[in-house]
Parts: sequence; C-alpha cells; structure tokens
Amino acid sequence: MTLSLLFQHIVNALSLGSLYALIAIGYTMVYGILRLINFAHGDVFMLGAYVAFYMMTLLSLPWWVALLVAIVFTAFFGIGLERVAYRPLRDSPRISIMISAIAASFLLESLAVLIFGGRPKGVPVPDVLSRVIHFGSVSMIVISLIIPLFTFALLAVLLWIVNKTKTGMAMRAVSTDIEAARLMAVDVNKVVSFTFGIGSLLAAFGGIMWSFKYPQLNPLMGVMPGLKCFIAAVIGGIGSISGAVLGGFLLGIIEIMTVAFLPTLSGYRDAFAFILLIVVLLVKPTGLLGKRQAEKV
Amino acid sequence: MDTANQKKTIALPRNRLYSIIAIAAFVVFAFIADRFFDAFTLRVFNLCAIYIVLALSLNLLNGFTGLFSLGHAGFMAVGAYVSALLTMSPQLKEMNYFLVPIVPWLHNVTLPFLPALIIAGLVSAFVGFLIGAPVLRLRDDYLAIATLGFGEIIRVLITNAQSITNGAQGLKGLPRFSTTFAVWAVAGLTILFMVLLMRSSYGRAMKAVRDDELAAEAMGINVFRVKVTAFTVSSFWAGVGGALLGHMITTIDPKMFTFALTFNILLIVVLGGIGSISGSVISAVVVTILMEALRFLDEPMNLIVFKTEGMPGLRMVVFSILLMVMIIYRQKGLMGNAEFSWDMLGGLFVKKGRKGGDHV
Amino acid sequence: MKKAVVTVLLVVGIAALIVACGPAAPETVKFGVFEPLTGANAGGGALEVEGIKLANELYPTVQVGDKEYKIELVIADNKSDKVEAANAAQRLVDKDKVNVVLGSWGSSLSMAAGPIVKNAKVSAVGLSCTNPLVTKDNEYYFRVCFIDPFQGTVMANYAFKDLGAKKAVIIREVSNDYSVGLAKFFADAFKQLTGDENAILAELNYNTGDTDFSAQLTEVKKFRPDVIFAPGNYTESALIIKQAKELGITVPFLGGDTWETPEFIDVGKEAVEGVVFSTFFATETPITETSKVFLDEYRKKYNKEPAAVTALGFDGYLVARDAIQRAGSLDKEKIREAIAVTKDYPGATGMISLNEDGDAVKSAVIKTVKDGKFVYMTTVEPY
Repeated sequence: MTLSLLFQHIVNALSLGSLYALIAIGYTMVYGILRLINFAHGDVFMLGAYVAFYMMTLLSLPWWVALLVAIVFTAFFGIGLERVAYRPLRDSPRISIMISAIAASFLLESLAVLIFGGRPKGVPVPDVLSRVIHFGSVSMIVISLIIPLFTFALLAVLLWIVNKTKTGMAMRAVSTDIEAARLMAVDVNKVVSFTFGIGSLLAAFGGIMWSFKYPQLNPLMGVMPGLKCFIAAVIGGIGSISGAVLGGFLLGIIEIMTVAFLPTLSGYRDAFAFILLIVVLLVKPTGLLGKRQAEKV
Repeated sequence: MDTANQKKTIALPRNRLYSIIAIAAFVVFAFIADRFFDAFTLRVFNLCAIYIVLALSLNLLNGFTGLFSLGHAGFMAVGAYVSALLTMSPQLKEMNYFLVPIVPWLHNVTLPFLPALIIAGLVSAFVGFLIGAPVLRLRDDYLAIATLGFGEIIRVLITNAQSITNGAQGLKGLPRFSTTFAVWAVAGLTILFMVLLMRSSYGRAMKAVRDDELAAEAMGINVFRVKVTAFTVSSFWAGVGGALLGHMITTIDPKMFTFALTFNILLIVVLGGIGSISGSVISAVVVTILMEALRFLDEPMNLIVFKTEGMPGLRMVVFSILLMVMIIYRQKGLMGNAEFSWDMLGGLFVKKGRKGGDHV
Repeated sequence: MKKAVVTVLLVVGIAALIVACGPAAPETVKFGVFEPLTGANAGGGALEVEGIKLANELYPTVQVGDKEYKIELVIADNKSDKVEAANAAQRLVDKDKVNVVLGSWGSSLSMAAGPIVKNAKVSAVGLSCTNPLVTKDNEYYFRVCFIDPFQGTVMANYAFKDLGAKKAVIIREVSNDYSVGLAKFFADAFKQLTGDENAILAELNYNTGDTDFSAQLTEVKKFRPDVIFAPGNYTESALIIKQAKELGITVPFLGGDTWETPEFIDVGKEAVEGVVFSTFFATETPITETSKVFLDEYRKKYNKEPAAVTALGFDGYLVARDAIQRAGSLDKEKIREAIAVTKDYPGATGMISLNEDGDAVKSAVIKTVKDGKFVYMTTVEPY
C-alpha cells in the first residue's frame, strides 16, 4: 500500500468516525441519564433528515435555516416521544422500557413509510458543502471536514453543560440515583425532558449531516447508523460523552482499516462493529472510558 | 386456604379429563382442517403452530429466565439452513448452486425430515451454547444488544459463505415437510416440553434467576449454568422453528432472518404475557391471524362516509401502536405470568369473581 | 383476565369473519398483483404497480372466446418479507381466486410464491425478477425480462469491445442475489473475452443499506482498472459512484437495469454522468407500437419519464392478457400453455418471446446518463 493510499484511508476513517461520534454523543446522553437504550434514536435521526429535506425542497428555505428548523422540531419531537412512550414506564422493569423503545422505533419507521413513502429521495446538498478538496493525491469533500469540527465543538459544549451548569448537575444527580435526586428537589421530569431534547437535537443534527454526506433519504436510513452509534457509545463507555466520541472514531477506523488491509473481508464489514462490541463488552464491560457502576441490589 | 386446596385436589381429575377432551378435540379439528380447509387458511393455521414454537422458545429466555435476547432470528436461520441443506437432494442442490458449486461434503447428503430437524435444532443449540457462554456474563441491555449483534453476525456469515449456503441467491425447492401434522406435533411437543420444564427443578431455578439473581445465587443455584442452559435450549427450539418455517415456505435466504422477524416473535411474547406458556400460545395464534386479517388496513377502504386510498404500511403502524399500548397499560400482557387453567375458564363463565389463575 | 379472554375471543371471531369472506364476481378476470409495497423493496414494487395500473386503465377488458370480461387488479402487499410473501401469494390464488399473478420485484419474493402458484396451477408472470432460480423447475412461473446471465454477458462485451477494457474491478452488493449473479456472469464472460484468467483484478463487497464505500473505493484506486462493474441497488450504486468521483476515480462505471430509476440520478447527480448500464427499454427509440402508446400515456399521466421496470409491469399485464385471449378460456392449464408459447409479442420493452424455461428472450438496451437524463446508446440482440 502506498503512502498516499494509506493517508486516504486515514482521512476516510476519520471522516466516518467523526460522524459516528457525533451521533453516539446523543445516544450516550440519553443512556447515561435514563439507562435506556433508545432504539428509536436512529429513527429520530431519520426524522430530522426528512424534516430538513422538506424544509429545503417544499419551502425552499436556505439549508442552514432548514437545518435549524429541523433540529428544533426534532428536539420537541423527542421530548414528546419520551412523554408518550417512556415516561409511563420509568419505574417498570427495564425489559418493558426496552420493548416500548423497540415498538416506538418500529412505529416511527412504519409511519415514515406511510407519510414519506418507501422510495428513497435524493438530498439537494448545498454546493459549498459538497465541493471536493484535494491535498496532494488525498481528497475529501468539504462536509467531511466540517463534521469533525462540529463533533468536537459539541463535545465541548456538552461537557460544559454537564459539568459546569446547574442543569448539568441535576442531570448527573438523576443519572446517579433517580430517587435520591427526587428527594433533593431535582425536578426529574424536567431533567429527563431536557436530556431527551438535547439527545434528539443531536440525532437530528447527525441525521442532517449524514444526509449531506451520503445524500439519500429512506425510512430505514436510521437503523444501521443507530445500531453502529449505539455500539460506538458502548465501546467508549456508555454515559461518558468523551467515551462516545472516542468509540465513534475507533469504530470508524476499524471499519475502514479492516477493509483497507483485508479487502476480501469487505462483505463482512457490518459484522466488524458487532464483533468489536462483543469483545469490548467481554474484556471491559463498562467500556473504555466508562465508570464502574455499583450493582444495585 | 385449606378449602381451596381441597377443592383443587377434588377438581384435579375432572380438569385432567377436560384437558384430555380438549386435546382430543383439537386433534380432530386439526384433521378436519387438514382435509377441508382451503390452502390459504391451512397455511395460516400451520403458521400459528410454527409461531407457537418460536414464541415459546423466546419466552423461555425473555419470560422465564429474565434474559432479554434479541438474536432469535439468527438461530432460526441456523436451523433453517441446516435442515434445508440436509434434506435437499443432490439434483436440487446442483440447480440451486449455479454460481458457486456447493462444497463436496454437503453435496450428497440427503436425510429424512425427522433426523434433519433434530440435527438442525442441535446445531442451533450448539451455536447458542457457543455464543451464550461468553455473552451471558452481560446483563440486561448489554445482553440485548450483544445478542442482537450475534443475530446480525450469523446473517452476515450466511450471506458470505456462498459455497455452503448459496449466499444471497438463497435456496429454493426445500422439501415441503411442514405438513399440518408435522408442525402441530412439534408445537404440541414444545408446549409439553415447556410445561414439564417449568414444573421441574430446572424451571424453578430459571424463575428464581429471573426474579432475583442474587437471591438465587445465595440459594445455591449456579446462575450462570442455568442461564447457559436456558439459552441453549431456547436456541434449540428456535432452530427447530426456523427449520419448520423453511420447509413451509420451501425457500429461504439470508434476508429473511433480519431483526424484523425477531420483532414479530417478541410482539407475540409480549402481547401474550412475558412468562406465560398459555399466553404465548394464544398470542401466537391471535397475532398470526391478525397479521393476515388486518391486511384490509393496507387496502383502499370504503367506509361509506369517506373513502381512503390504499395505505400500504398502516398495518405495521397498528401493530407497533398495539405493542406500545400493551406494554404501557397492561405490562403483563394478556395472561401476565399466569397460566390457563380450567378453573379460570370456569370462573369466567360462572362469574365467581376469582382473580387470575394460579400464579407460577 | 376475563375481559382479556373475551377480547381475544372477539378478535378471533372478527378475524375469522374477515378471513372467511372472499367474494368472487363472475364477470371479471382477476389479475393478482404480488408486489412489495412496504419494507425494503417498496420503491421497486411501487414502480411496477404503476405500469400494471396504467395498462389496466388502457386495456381494462379481455376477450375470452366471444365474451368480454373486465380485468380486475387484486393488489397484495408482500411486505418485502418471505413469510408474508408466501401468505400473500396463497391468499391471491386461494381467497381471491385470481386467474394470473403478476410480480414480484425482488426475485426472492417471487421464489416464495413459486411453489404456491405451482401447486394451485395458477400461472405467474414475473416482471423484473432476474434471478435464474425463479423460473427453474417451475413451469407455472414466467417472466417478461431477461435474466442475469444475459445481462452480465452484455456488459462484459460492452466493456471489452466498446471500451477496450482489459482489466476490471467488480464491486458487488453481496447480500443481493441480483448483484452477485450479474457480477459472476460478467466475470466469466470478461475473462473469456480477454483470454486473461486474471482480468478481474478484485471483487469487493458491500451490504444492502451501506452508505460509506470509501474504504472499498480507495482499494479500487490501488488496482487501476480500466473499468468498474458495480451492479446493485440504485441508491447504494449512486452513492458508490458519487464517492468514487470524490476520490478522484475517473474510470467508467458499468451496471445493470436497476440503475434506471429517477432516484439514481436524484442521488448521484453530476457524479453519475457517463455511467453505462444495460436495461430493458429505451424511451427515445420506441421499439414497437406498444412502446409508443406506453410512453405517451405514461408521460401524460405522470408527467415524467418511466422507469424500465414500469414498462415491464405494463408488459407483464399485456402478456398475461394476450395469453388469456389466445387461450380463449379461463382454464388454468390453457392459460399456462398460452403464456408458455408467447412469441414475438410486441410489448413496450420490445418483442417478447419466452423460451423453454419461461424466460423472455429479447434484446437488451444499453444506456448512459447525460445531462441528468438516461440516454439510449445501442441495442444488443439476444445471443
């Protein structure tokens, strides 16, 4: 393998990894607070991308306006989803919430088929974002350069929110012990809604970025990214925001590099993520940066 | 308390008689169905039996042992492929493997249905054991996602192993072994197996693990071993169910065994009641029939007041909502973790005001 | 508990009622439309149904002997799922008592219907299912499209003769039977044409639903092929070609008929300019009178260009209708025999003749993308 090809692979890996990281942050936020695998996260991601698409095509809004409208809309949608599907089950066994989450995910997918139609749609990507830039023989599109910037910016903002603000303190309290937090006069419902809002906002943002990088939409587009980013979050240590970013990058690098060095295995690519997940879970169940959770009896 | 117990002992033989009559009646019904139902109704009727097998095998994990597994489709795939490869004739295999020839050691194997079905179950159980041994150290949601992962890995392997599975081309022309008799016999066997298992000390150990792992451990139950056993047994029946499904449709391919299939079975288990054998059985029948009956939702409707265009997909929306509503408002599902009993049915008609059946 | 049991009994009762009622009006001939309208293949299914519906509007009746029957379409969603597909097919032949089945997009779904139509002795006409297995060993399944081996060979010939390519790389959608089949026949033909056992430099794989192909494409760059053959789903293919252009790969891309959907250009935009693929039919050069009718009516109704599979849906309907007319009877066996001997039927996609396997033998059309439109290049006669 020549050096320039290797660099190209590295660029590919980082650009894919940063996108995974971006979406994994949202996953880890929700999981960290509620201990809930939000199976519908990938579908919220899909919804965000569709809303932005319709804003751009039906209302012909400029792309950044469409993006803002879509993420705000999706954030509120996420809050609503939590109210309807998860809140009534907060004190139920975890299996129940998980089933509800799976049902919500299937519901959103079937609704999307019904409303948006099953056929994929091409996304009108703004020219500024899809231009190709070259560094020697290595090339990438502008959006691939922007995504990592956003990922790190969001990482910083979220770390600040969680560690430095009052809401963040409440979030950490709920995450540690929901009952104790309630006793300490933390408005748990508000905190959970806020978390879901942020999580969905991130999902929508990730979905729109995804649809700009891979310009097609379909009702099932969120399933695979959803699963992979959940895996990224688990690898990094679920609940840890920096861990999610690390996990996202790691997953991107492994997916690309395995194909790069073992091209005959390219058909198994989807399995890599799961194998990596299982290995990490077995070796270090709390993930790379996760804190050990005391077993609650 | 005493009187209740007394009543039970008196009632027992009578109830046993009822059961025998009910079973006999069902057997007669199945014969009639087989003879006189049209092919479509019969297909749905037999599909019910297969879903009973699958739902029970998943319930063994999710309901009775408290292990949330989402990899069921993978084990079904293993069973379906093993049984298909063992029963197809060499000529059929040659026809199917027109891209890449089949590996020689599989080419000439042709077994009758029963051994193939048992081997399918055993191979699936073995895969379950291999996977279960490491993964079952994980808990709750991690276990769910890891089993989901393994389900996907199995599918990816089947897709890529062209010289064994024929890859994406799939297999066609599987012998039509899933007759009414075969599927209902297996379903009956599964029900019997589950009932006996749950009454055995193993079954009680599983429930103990589900209810409180630490307490179970303290009682001297080897929690890990119980979990692995449950997982292996569940994989066995999933493999058998998958094989039956394959021999019913007579064609299989990797895309059949996606997470959506696991979802259908999960739906059945949850609606029926997590941890109830009779719940799963009833729910398997109801859901299978509903899946077909609700087809009209997708079609153009003429409701006198207003007309709707055909809306393909509405059916799945209804099912998802049904599942969500059920889990939110009636978490126990149809039967909770109670079982069907004649007393319960009696109570239903005589209005004795008894609540629930005997608890497990 | 009681309520629950009562509810269940009620539901089962209603379900039984619904299942039980399946009226059959005598004055109609029923065409079962067996297509995925939901799930992963919904897009393709919708395209074929468009064609069938259009044909039904234009030719709503069929002459059987001296009696005219109205053709009624019974549409069943097979949900892109084999279990559901088998149920749907069984329902069509059994409950709806259709005279002919049309469909399905997706060979694996057609294969699920195969044994059912065979048992019921109801003939089925596949529209765009190109996997050779569909019609093999099943005298009741026919199709109006050519099959994978022919298409793969056509593109290998094009690569070798028209492009002068000596080395090729194949990118396969490994979970898609269509793509795997085409890739194999392309490879065989290309090796034979070039006389070079190593003419295929590499076969790289991806899975349905993947969106990132940068790793595979960077590998392609390493091999420096003359041509890339990448048959597969239209969205994935469009993304592949787009990402290849972003990586600076300028080698021509070749593919198959699935590319001919508006979404392919919609997703790929400028990147898919110049790609070449084989398909069933060209809008610029109406092959037959029927093509002209189809094109005019389609444009009038939908105000856009039709996809090839829509034309095939149109043809499937017409071939079935023609066979019933020729059979002069609604007897299942007579219909089957009439379809089997279909010869030189002028469909929208060309002259359709069925061979002994029930597969259409007809010319392929080679097209390219120019200025955001599919443009006809040449026609390849069957070998």
